[in-house]
Amino acid sequence: MNSTEFTGLIAAVFREETGRLTAALVRAVGDFDLAEEVVQDSLVAALEKWPEQGIPDKPGAWLMTTARRRAIDILRRDTRYREKLALLERSALTPEPSEADDRLRLIFTCCHPALSQEAQVALTLRAVVGFTTAEIASAFLVAETTVAQRIVRAKRKIVDAHIPYRVPEGDELAGRLGGVLSVLYLMFNEGYLSRGAQIAMRRDLADDALWLTRLVATLMPDQPEVLGLLALMKLNLARSEARFDAFGEMVLLPDQDRSLWDHAAITDGIATLDRAGAMRASGPYQVQAAIAALHAEAASWAETDWHQIVILYDTLVRMADSPVVRLNRAVALSHFAGPEVALGEVNDLAISLSGYHLFHSTRAELLDRVGEPVLAREARRRALDLCQNPAERSLLERKLRG
Amino acid sequence: MKYVLMFVGSTEDQDSFEKLPKDQLAAAYERAGKWFDEQARAGRLIGGEELQGPSSSTTVRIKNGKAIVTDGPYIEAKEIIGGFAIIEVKDLDEALAVAKAWPAGAVEVRPVVDHSAEIEQSEARRASDSAKNG
Repeated sequence: MNSTEFTGLIAAVFREETGRLTAALVRAVGDFDLAEEVVQDSLVAALEKWPEQGIPDKPGAWLMTTARRRAIDILRRDTRYREKLALLERSALTPEPSEADDRLRLIFTCCHPALSQEAQVALTLRAVVGFTTAEIASAFLVAETTVAQRIVRAKRKIVDAHIPYRVPEGDELAGRLGGVLSVLYLMFNEGYLSRGAQIAMRRDLADDALWLTRLVATLMPDQPEVLGLLALMKLNLARSEARFDAFGEMVLLPDQDRSLWDHAAITDGIATLDRAGAMRASGPYQVQAAIAALHAEAASWAETDWHQIVILYDTLVRMADSPVVRLNRAVALSHFAGPEVALGEVNDLAISLSGYHLFHSTRAELLDRVGEPVLAREARRRALDLCQNPAERSLLERKLRG
Repeated sequence: MKYVLMFVGSTEDQDSFEKLPKDQLAAAYERAGKWFDEQARAGRLIGGEELQGPSSSTTVRIKNGKAIVTDGPYIEAKEIIGGFAIIEVKDLDEALAVAKAWPAGAVEVRPVVDHSAEIEQSEARRASDSAKNG
């Protein structure tokens, strides 16, 4: 086994075990902060020991023993924790999954709207998926101390403000689930955007987001929007082989070699979307997945069913209107009603999207198509000024060179 | 778990609220009153008041052991606290649900530091002191 395979294996073990471990410890000591902390410590210990000793036969038990020992160490140091220590020493903590999967409660707590979204993402990755702080920092291109601080602050708020450890019920659920799904989607997009570019990463954020969404779908099988998001991720990932060329340069959808798409994954994604559709409660993720499915099924860019895509974008505007949705709708419209019409719609978005690089690059494409190369160049320059992602920047630079 | 709900708004909000026609103002007060009634009936309400405007405010600053009294609110901002309520609920989710039921504007939800252990201790001490002295 080479080292990439080995680290991949460790990552797979971590994401299977971490959420259960954290959930079990929160239950045993009733202290989210402490439970999360010692689980993280056990992951860091595993990253030190396993490469030398190999992955233990029962990795979950190894991590549980390490985390528990660490928790007892911490609790012994402080007499205020006598009660918690007794609880922990008495509890029969086993790494085997309990009958009711507690990970859902854990996910809802990590994604509580009283925490900033950045903290929600970081905390979910650490406590549920088994990322280390360093891995989160490298995935989001921020300093490790920043991530550590975000996590400390969020955990302190969970304790101080009494953020409950529960799955919301009734009327509350739809809104709270929406919050969880947007955290998952944000993780996915972050990973998907940098995937394939020359960014060395120990863990593939897009894969982990897919795994986590699948977990939520298993734990909440009657929620169509969870399946909608899962389908959307599968359909996007199915195209990832074609998104970068041999030189590591980004290739946009119109220019992609469609034979490189994973057609089995596309079929699977569409089957997931059909399962969501059968529940007869549409939502923004299902509509976005339906748009992705139409792209995935088209034999070429020219043969794409633009009319249907524009209709789906109209639905999306009704469900979740935003300038970005309208920008994407205008792109579809340009292939159906012509670039002039689309350019008019894009220009209407100038005020709200002036700081968004994709607004300017989309405008540049449309200006090229209506024969305004000078204005197109200007718009592309503006896009380059605003763009952070290396792969996207390189694409814009290439176009500017002509 | 105790939380203080602070009913906050901008000075513009406050001005336009005060300029409301009589019947609308009465209706607004009725909605707020209903909210207080509901919280009291559910046994969540510990207390709460509407505050007079910031122009009625006086600030006392303690500096080097000396008290300096100045006219006006401490926070020179466009936001003002119009009133507050103290509630006792299970957790933040319940506090947020209560805040969401408030009829208008914005509500800041702040947990209260639990000093009940210290209070109990000092009360016990006082009781034993008075038992000794009595």
